Amino acid sequence: MTNLFALIAAAGTYATALMFGTLGETLTEKSGNMNLGVEGIMYMGGIFGLIAANRYEALVGEAASNGFLAILIAIIGAFAAGAVAGLLFSFITVTLRANQNVTGLAMTTFGTGVAKFAGEHMRNALGGYVSVSNHLKASFSLKIMPSFLQKIPFVGKILFGQPHFFYLGILVAVLMHLFFTKTKKGLYLRAVGESPVTADAAGINITKYRYLATIIGGGISAIGGMVYTMTTAGCVWIEASLGGVGWLSVALVIFCTWKPLNAIWGSMLFGSLMIMYLWIILPFFPTELYKILPYVVTIVVLIIASMRNNKEKQPPANLGLNYFREER
Amino acid sequence: MQNCAIELKNIRKTFGPVVANDGINLQINRGEILCLLGENGSGKTTLMNMLSGIYQPDSGSIYANGEEVFIRSPHDAYKYGIGMIHQHYHLVDVFTAAQNIILGLDEKMDIAAVNDKVKDICDRYGFQVDPRKKVYDMSVSQKQTVEIVKVLYRGAEILILDEPTAVLTPQETDKLFAVLRNMRADGKAIVLITHKLAEVLSVSDKVAILRKGKYIATVNTKETSQQELTDMMVGHSVTLNIDRPKYDKPADKLIIEGLTVTDREGIKRLDNVSFTAKTGEILGVAGIAGSGQRELLESITGLYPITSGSIKFVNDKSENIELVGKTPMQIRQVGVGMGFVPEDRLGMGLVGSMGMTNNMMLRSWRKGKGVFFNKKEPENLANKVWKDLEVVTPSTEFPVRRMSGGNIQKVLVGREIASRPPVLLTAYAVRGLDINTSYAIYNLLTEQKMNGSAVMYVGEELDVLLELCDRILVLCAGQVSGIVDARKTTKEEIGLLMTTVGGSKEAN
Repeated sequence: MTNLFALIAAAGTYATALMFGTLGETLTEKSGNMNLGVEGIMYMGGIFGLIAANRYEALVGEAASNGFLAILIAIIGAFAAGAVAGLLFSFITVTLRANQNVTGLAMTTFGTGVAKFAGEHMRNALGGYVSVSNHLKASFSLKIMPSFLQKIPFVGKILFGQPHFFYLGILVAVLMHLFFTKTKKGLYLRAVGESPVTADAAGINITKYRYLATIIGGGISAIGGMVYTMTTAGCVWIEASLGGVGWLSVALVIFCTWKPLNAIWGSMLFGSLMIMYLWIILPFFPTELYKILPYVVTIVVLIIASMRNNKEKQPPANLGLNYFREER
Repeated sequence: MQNCAIELKNIRKTFGPVVANDGINLQINRGEILCLLGENGSGKTTLMNMLSGIYQPDSGSIYANGEEVFIRSPHDAYKYGIGMIHQHYHLVDVFTAAQNIILGLDEKMDIAAVNDKVKDICDRYGFQVDPRKKVYDMSVSQKQTVEIVKVLYRGAEILILDEPTAVLTPQETDKLFAVLRNMRADGKAIVLITHKLAEVLSVSDKVAILRKGKYIATVNTKETSQQELTDMMVGHSVTLNIDRPKYDKPADKLIIEGLTVTDREGIKRLDNVSFTAKTGEILGVAGIAGSGQRELLESITGLYPITSGSIKFVNDKSENIELVGKTPMQIRQVGVGMGFVPEDRLGMGLVGSMGMTNNMMLRSWRKGKGVFFNKKEPENLANKVWKDLEVVTPSTEFPVRRMSGGNIQKVLVGREIASRPPVLLTAYAVRGLDINTSYAIYNLLTEQKMNGSAVMYVGEELDVLLELCDRILVLCAGQVSGIVDARKTTKEEIGLLMTTVGGSKEAN
């Protein structure tokens, strides 16, 4: 039992990256755009977040560098990279009306390619590896909650023993939930994803909503990539380490039935499943099998959701379809 | 206050090479119900879409209250008080009525205030809406009501309704017309797009007629007749009577007993349905949309899993062949042909990106030798359908997806009728077709019947069912509520059966 709580507590770091990836994609998909390029976007977020922090430190010098500023700059760097990718995706699908699936897959290839190129370039330019100083590394993984809260038995470490990004993720999830359910703009955005014809007839600007949701969504997803590099990967660029996180986020969007609040516990669950092989060791059970567990769970959830035929748990009705007013 | 709300002058709209509207002049007055009459494809909806800001005219001008206006978006349309209720409802399924109603409005999101205002509108014109109800839980007529409230909520003074009665029962239609009359009394301008003449005569003040995209005339309803309107609509005289000869030797062809089917959610779609279809007879099937018509036809053709009951086909040697348990292909070989025209014409039966010839081949590809197919036969058939039913297409290789709705339908129906099966099932065979083609199809069906086929015709327009069929089977909630002689029954009787589960037992 203690082992289980420890496992969940340890999963928080990995879960945070997933949470941002999932929240970003949820926002995008609510607009009806299915951006399958999350994998590429998170790669870009990973490298550009790291580069931004690295450049900042190089500019002001190691001694003068401020942890909070470095985090802010890393977030901005990652967000910008993801937003550019989202903009590109919107331009190709909304304006040029290309197939979303094909474009999304191309974005994955494009994003990973750009990230690997940028990482390699930086490595050559810096003559070694891209990283930040130890005190910045510490600020990226800082546990901000007071230690007495962490000492609460069982749940203390899970709830309060996480790095700040975790709480930022929860904040984003809650804000997004309120946005979807309580605000007019959120209602309109959902209408765009559910039935663009209806939204259009009601005078809602489909293009604007799809562009903005995809750009901001891309940015949020990219922050997830940055969080991964700066925490789990220890502020070092290792090409292969981010592989699959984006795809897991796409699966998690489905698992969470497009609801941002579900992303909080959903990412904890997926995170736990991903690192379970370190904690629960069964003989003759290879680690690779552990790593497919999140996908197995997603498939099971999909099956249950489709069997129940619950209207509230379906994807946005127009997900993946482009809208063209005068189409006949 | 001026009486004229909207005036259209010399409107023209084209879609690529297709001219949808040309030289349209129209005046819409307050306190008046104007019917926009025309066959499908005559440009009624296109014209109204220009008023509601979905399309922009290529040339011509629109005047609102005497001033020239440019309606560039639906938002603009609301600014001028124009609200349109589309044929396919523009509602978000997972939203409540209230959420749908305030969509796109600039006001604050205050659901309680919205609910009050909705109730206000409902009381004023005499309809009912629960603002908290989700759209996916609503009936078709409730959804329509939400659409109307949505438009009124935006303060629309000019309401355009596109074929509002297509999916309603006669009783619901009456209710809708009562509401429309209330609105007229309130000084609103109402435009009703329709091709049902009986409705035009009963509800409208004026009728504007369009034909093939061109404006023909506006007449006062009181001074016109059904025959005159039809002639103007079609462009030449047509006889409205369907020839209904009697076949001398009717014999049982398809015997259905206790047919019950359940869908994936375990809801009974057909409940203990029993009837017999005879040779030389057109058996009409009436019912509100979704009462089990589709399931009935699909069960007969083997497409729908059957829970219990039997379907027996009587062949030429008077042997009964049980169809339950046979695959669709085996049933086809026995001789049951189906001309099912679904709501989504391209969804079932035709491949949109293929031409007429290839679509004909979908029925005959098995006849080819070895791995190659035989293209000659479908090509001849395609040419025959092209000529006989006057399909408008540049060639038989032209992708059917790019044809107009009516033409797609001709291809679909023509193919099924051409194979001359002993049992011919048709559903909504004339949905979306113009009068001429509809009559061409009625004649083809009658011809089939006189050749000794058992024809089943699922239809929407009761007037047509009454004139075309020999007997009419009425379905309500998956049960047979009655089988009546079409020569003796009335529209009201069928209308009542359509809404009474189990039929006359409870009606009495």
